[in-house]
Amino acid sequence: MTSDLGLSVDAQFTLRRRPNSEKFLDLGFRQLTLALASLVAIVLLAILVTVFQGSREAMASFGLRFIVTSAWDPVNEQYGAFVAIYGTLVTSILSLAIAVPLGVGTAIFITEDLIPARLRELIGLMVELLAAIPSVVLGLWAIFVMEPAIRPALELLHHLLGWTPFFATTPQGPGMAPAILILVVMVLPIITAIARDALNQVPIELRQGAYGVGTTRWGAIFAVILPAAISSIIGGVMLALGRAMGETMAVTMIIGNSLNFDLSLLAPGNTIASMLANQFGEADGIQVSALMYAALILMLLTFSVNVLAQWVVRRLSLKY
Amino acid sequence: MTSSMTSSGRESNTDTSLFDRRPLSFDPKLKRNRLNGLFTLISGLFATLAVLPLVLVLVYVLVQGGRLLSLRLFTELPPAPGLEGGGIGNAMLGTVLVTLIAALIAIPVGVAGGVYLSEYAGKSWFGQVVSFSNDVLAGVPSIISGVFVYGLIVATRVFFGQSYSAMAGGIALSVLMLPTVIKTTNEGLKLVPNELRLGAYGVGASRYVTITQIVIPAALTPISTGVVLAIARAAGETAPLIFTALFSAFWPEGIFNPIATMSVLIFNFAIMPYPAQNELAWAASFVLVMMILAANLLARWLSRLSKT
Amino acid sequence: MTSSLSQHNASSKSSGKISGDICMSLQDVSISYGNFEAVKNVFMDLLNGKVTAFIGPSGCGKSTVLRALNRMNDLIPGCHLKGRVLFDGQDLYHPRIDAVEVRRRIGMVFQKPNPFPKTIYENIAFGARINGYRGDMDELVERSLRKAAVWDECKDKLQKSGLALSGGQQQRLCIARAIATEPEVILMDEPCSALDPISTLKIEETMHELKRNYTIIIVTHNMQQAVRVADMTAFFNAEAVEGGSGKVGYLVEYSETEEIFNAPAQQATQDYVSGRFG
Repeated sequence: MTSDLGLSVDAQFTLRRRPNSEKFLDLGFRQLTLALASLVAIVLLAILVTVFQGSREAMASFGLRFIVTSAWDPVNEQYGAFVAIYGTLVTSILSLAIAVPLGVGTAIFITEDLIPARLRELIGLMVELLAAIPSVVLGLWAIFVMEPAIRPALELLHHLLGWTPFFATTPQGPGMAPAILILVVMVLPIITAIARDALNQVPIELRQGAYGVGTTRWGAIFAVILPAAISSIIGGVMLALGRAMGETMAVTMIIGNSLNFDLSLLAPGNTIASMLANQFGEADGIQVSALMYAALILMLLTFSVNVLAQWVVRRLSLKY
Repeated sequence: MTSSMTSSGRESNTDTSLFDRRPLSFDPKLKRNRLNGLFTLISGLFATLAVLPLVLVLVYVLVQGGRLLSLRLFTELPPAPGLEGGGIGNAMLGTVLVTLIAALIAIPVGVAGGVYLSEYAGKSWFGQVVSFSNDVLAGVPSIISGVFVYGLIVATRVFFGQSYSAMAGGIALSVLMLPTVIKTTNEGLKLVPNELRLGAYGVGASRYVTITQIVIPAALTPISTGVVLAIARAAGETAPLIFTALFSAFWPEGIFNPIATMSVLIFNFAIMPYPAQNELAWAASFVLVMMILAANLLARWLSRLSKT
Repeated sequence: MTSSLSQHNASSKSSGKISGDICMSLQDVSISYGNFEAVKNVFMDLLNGKVTAFIGPSGCGKSTVLRALNRMNDLIPGCHLKGRVLFDGQDLYHPRIDAVEVRRRIGMVFQKPNPFPKTIYENIAFGARINGYRGDMDELVERSLRKAAVWDECKDKLQKSGLALSGGQQQRLCIARAIATEPEVILMDEPCSALDPISTLKIEETMHELKRNYTIIIVTHNMQQAVRVADMTAFFNAEAVEGGSGKVGYLVEYSETEEIFNAPAQQATQDYVSGRFG
């Protein structure tokens, strides 16, 4: 066969026989992406192995007692992470309790056509930008601006509810309560963003159906739209919980890093992440191992929360 | 049906009607309308509360940090504790260096990983392993990646006997960036219509040519948006750097030595009892926040670019 | 049911009206997706320099057979072909055959116009370049666009995006893209189904032009189109098989277009072409 130029096709299209170099490139590229992709699994495995190896000494010495005892005594080499684990759970769960209604409410406000589209986009943009502010900057702000500003309110809480163990101490700067509030600021954008996406994905037919039988706007939101979006929202809440548990800088800067157990939310406390941030650099010997052990517990906590989040999304979304 | 159509408000009040028919005019005193208004008010209040922290943080960072803005800030070293003046020049340079190292590792690996997941893996078990690992890695707290790199690199002194180093810090940050880059690449590539791939195969393109010359260019915008956001996030990260890159009061002495970064500087200086250091922490926050906001707006602009 | 199936196959194989240069030859080709068998026992010889149309109801496997001709089905996971597809004396499904090279010699135009998100010029040049073209690129671009009858509409905007063209122009750009690499065969998978009647007419005119240099195989839903453009026509049908989960496609009849439409040998063909079908 010849082309219109009178040359034979094979003379003009020199690659008609694919050279081996090209086949090699084709195969090599695939193998390269495969190798680099497998790096993700390798890194994850290496993290697990490193942290596990590092914590073996502490595991052997303290066993599961580590989780329920609260001694943290580098002098006598006695370690228990109860204060930090308690602090991690309490700060993250309470911050979620505040952030979920706030975040879902905000998401509804900016998806349900209550205000002009321009304004909705602006609020959405601002919440997204809030997520971009580094944790350490929020910590700085919490130390110098937020904590002094909310102290009168915390004092009032102590005054009114001081008879319960949860508000028994006088607020004196850093503590669990300001840490919880700064965590609210940090997880709010996650919850808002996920709830917003979930609400946006509710099919228009479903909304029209609800309005068509004569519900009010909020009747439709509570009866139809929220239930349809609930699985994604719960998944998002779980992801935010995982994030709150592992959040380090802002919490470290404002929680007070106390090694003593106190039920009062107004007293200084600690979390696993802030304990790591504070002590890891200067620790040696079995203290490093104890910190690694605590890190392992933190990883297991966040891992199970994240896996649960995915399971929830998959399981609940089957209904719709 | 027709009888109810013709029925007026007068008729609907008769007790033969199964339903409570009202006039069509809007009645704000009605319970459902009151509730409706109440909930709208509450959600509006929540939205205000959600936006408030950003406004407050921005205002304080701008006011507290912005007033320190001067050339000196960029060119001088931080002062010794107790002394006045000085700048954060070394920390700015350090943040750029460490983030650059992280990006140089995470972007090629992440883009390749995303390409593998989207173009080659299909539903293979290995693809699922990679995809699952990526999700898990994305959820690993940032401080853990610091602990990991400390155990892997700092404590073992693998880099020429050096312990803390800019390199170690960059690697720790790249562990955090990697899942984001993989995820955005994978999702960006999946948005490329399959007809485009078929078109390339149809003219005799190999997979390599199809992916590198057709598929990746078509997904360049979402990929670069994700990469910009990942870099912005990494630049503000502190936890992985505290005990990997550590800190330095001096100008960077190469990538295998400890290095100052703006985020660690903020952490160290915020909790110091000296006003000069506190002020530098605000100034560093200002620079960092401006950089990150600029990156976010760039990413936003990039993604808008693709829509037109 | 199964017996009638084999009977059809026998008839299509023994049909003596196919004469000429054989370009491609399907020998007992069956294609399955996973456990689902899509097409069964196809025998046919495709002729050089002719336009062959594949017609038949939806789900009869005509597109599947078309995609088998340049190994496009390789890209569908779980797709498997039995039998032999001969081209240029070689079995395209022989393990040593490179699917990429097959596609360089057997080009394809798809149902939906799918220009690359590049300039019009680059859309043409891309394929030529990866095929190692060393001639004058400007010349090739113009020649290909002219052959695809889209030059006049494109010549002033070669540096504009291919996506800026209308649907019909995009499809002719895709045809130009396919012929730029000078394949020996062009496969067209319902190339006009997404287009308006005027664009369709233009594409058909283009095909008449191309017939002189290329072997064209086209899948179409539109019987008038088959009559207008095709020299040869193959009618595919599908029927339920015992114990099978769905319908399996097979070749009912393959002959000159005139015969298929005026004097088909099979009752099913008669029913389909006269519109008494489904």
